[in-house]
Amino acid sequence: MSKAVLTGTHFMNGDEACCEGALAAGCRFFAGYPITPATEVAECMSRRLPQVGGVFIQMEDEIASMAAILGGSWGGVKSMTSTSGPGFSLMMENIGLGVCTETPCVVCNVQRAGPSTGLPTLVGQGDMMQARWGSHGVYEIIAVAPSSPQEMFDFTIKAFNLSERFRVPVMIMADEVVGHMNERVVIPSPEAIHLVERAKPSVPPEQYLPYQAGPEGVPFMANYGDGYHMHVTGLTHDERGYPVMEVWAQEQMTQRIVGKIKNNLEHILDYDLVCMDDAEVAVVAYGISARSARGAVLAAREQGIKVGLVKLNVAWPFPEDFIRDLSGRVKAMIMPEINLGQMVLELERLSQGRCPVSLVSHPGGGIITPGRILAAVRESLKEAA
Amino acid sequence: MAQATQREVIITGFGGQGIILTGNILGTAATIGDGRHATMTQSYGPEARGGSCSSQVIVSEGEIAFPYAEKPQMVICMSQEGFTKNKDALIPGGLLIWDSDLVEVDELNPAWQCYDVPATRVAEEMGNKMMANIVMLGFVSALSDLVSVESLKNAMLGSVPPKTRDKNLAAFERGREYGLKAVQERSRR
Repeated sequence: MSKAVLTGTHFMNGDEACCEGALAAGCRFFAGYPITPATEVAECMSRRLPQVGGVFIQMEDEIASMAAILGGSWGGVKSMTSTSGPGFSLMMENIGLGVCTETPCVVCNVQRAGPSTGLPTLVGQGDMMQARWGSHGVYEIIAVAPSSPQEMFDFTIKAFNLSERFRVPVMIMADEVVGHMNERVVIPSPEAIHLVERAKPSVPPEQYLPYQAGPEGVPFMANYGDGYHMHVTGLTHDERGYPVMEVWAQEQMTQRIVGKIKNNLEHILDYDLVCMDDAEVAVVAYGISARSARGAVLAAREQGIKVGLVKLNVAWPFPEDFIRDLSGRVKAMIMPEINLGQMVLELERLSQGRCPVSLVSHPGGGIITPGRILAAVRESLKEAA
Repeated sequence: MAQATQREVIITGFGGQGIILTGNILGTAATIGDGRHATMTQSYGPEARGGSCSSQVIVSEGEIAFPYAEKPQMVICMSQEGFTKNKDALIPGGLLIWDSDLVEVDELNPAWQCYDVPATRVAEEMGNKMMANIVMLGFVSALSDLVSVESLKNAMLGSVPPKTRDKNLAAFERGREYGLKAVQERSRR
């Protein structure tokens, strides 16, 4: 059996499953700083990476961790880090550097309740807007939202594939419950795991333009040491990678790094529909709250209430067209989330009054019960009647 | 909100007693051994040891949506605080189990099935009080068919350090003997 892919059935927690997913995806470099409830990702990596010829470094902090994985990726190695709220805040500037330099890498945020140090050991979903907008400037990002240890494994592979394909940092927006919960995780054989690798240049070095749009708007990426001339900078740059302090260069660069995401939504967006065929009310949920929502939807269906679940597997980019269309077909949309209203703003923005949108919120520290969501479903149907 | 076949267990105590490991062993036994669905969630404070801590195990024939106990059928208490805080969640007819030396009992709902075992003292007598959770697991194995005994033993042996397997197996068997005896006495009465 491959040491990197632990084929078989396991009872493991989400953090460990994230680590195993990363190894199965070919990640061989991890730099991080321990923080509850993401520590087990790093712990698992520190134990497992040396077994498969990879490198683990505990850095001095999260700023350095993020910088290190950008460097690791430019060295040609799939790289990741993991953290929680306070560390995620520290990573923001270098996440922007990763966006600007189009560096494939994966950042796992096992969310806890904040702001600040908050409730270190307890669940939150308060970093969702930070994942989208936390670094300054103009950009698009990709974020997946696992709701089980199995999805921590599967979506970590997905995160690496998306980051390699679109050359962008990809966030795994997990949460404390998903990270610390143990559940069955089935790890397939290596042959059954689909992996994507960054597209490398085939032109002779003298013809290589490191930031020229390639297929899907994504430039070919040479690694340091491949023999190509490289210049990597967070300054606005031209196709050569050289700083150009001109508006046309800013226009060219930002349109491309935004466009490579926005023009490829069909390859990125991912949501599951549960009982949505005849649904009059749609519960839109992600992460651990999607499990509460599933419980509520299944219980409601037993009572004959026509409600369905839209489970967001990819939270960013948001499925705008789908939600816009959905808002014209249902009587109400409900978003349960462990914050005081973040992703629900997207529903409100996209529905434009076509249907009422309501929030089932929790400030963090506990999860939303199916009963509360069911009550909100009943309420919304009463108001619609 | 849960499926009819769903079984819910709460295990409580303080950090360092192996409360989470106990939940993990139960979940492993259900999932890997018995081929059912199980979740194990944990809750603890910011301190590494001594703070109150608990784990919840859900076992089901089908996929589990909400991974927390809403109507627990079993509550296992290894600390006074855990007992006081959690016992009232137990459903009528539910199984309440506690460590007799760590928990002082006041009024009990007569609708509960109540059992106690000196798990920590037994483990101490066997040379290591850290095995109290394993004694407790053995005790539980005699009282409940939540998971099969074979699966539970295998899960336990796979979860403890290899050097301690024999000792832990002995602790499990001691706990199980206590449990079998308790059941016998109860049926005689």
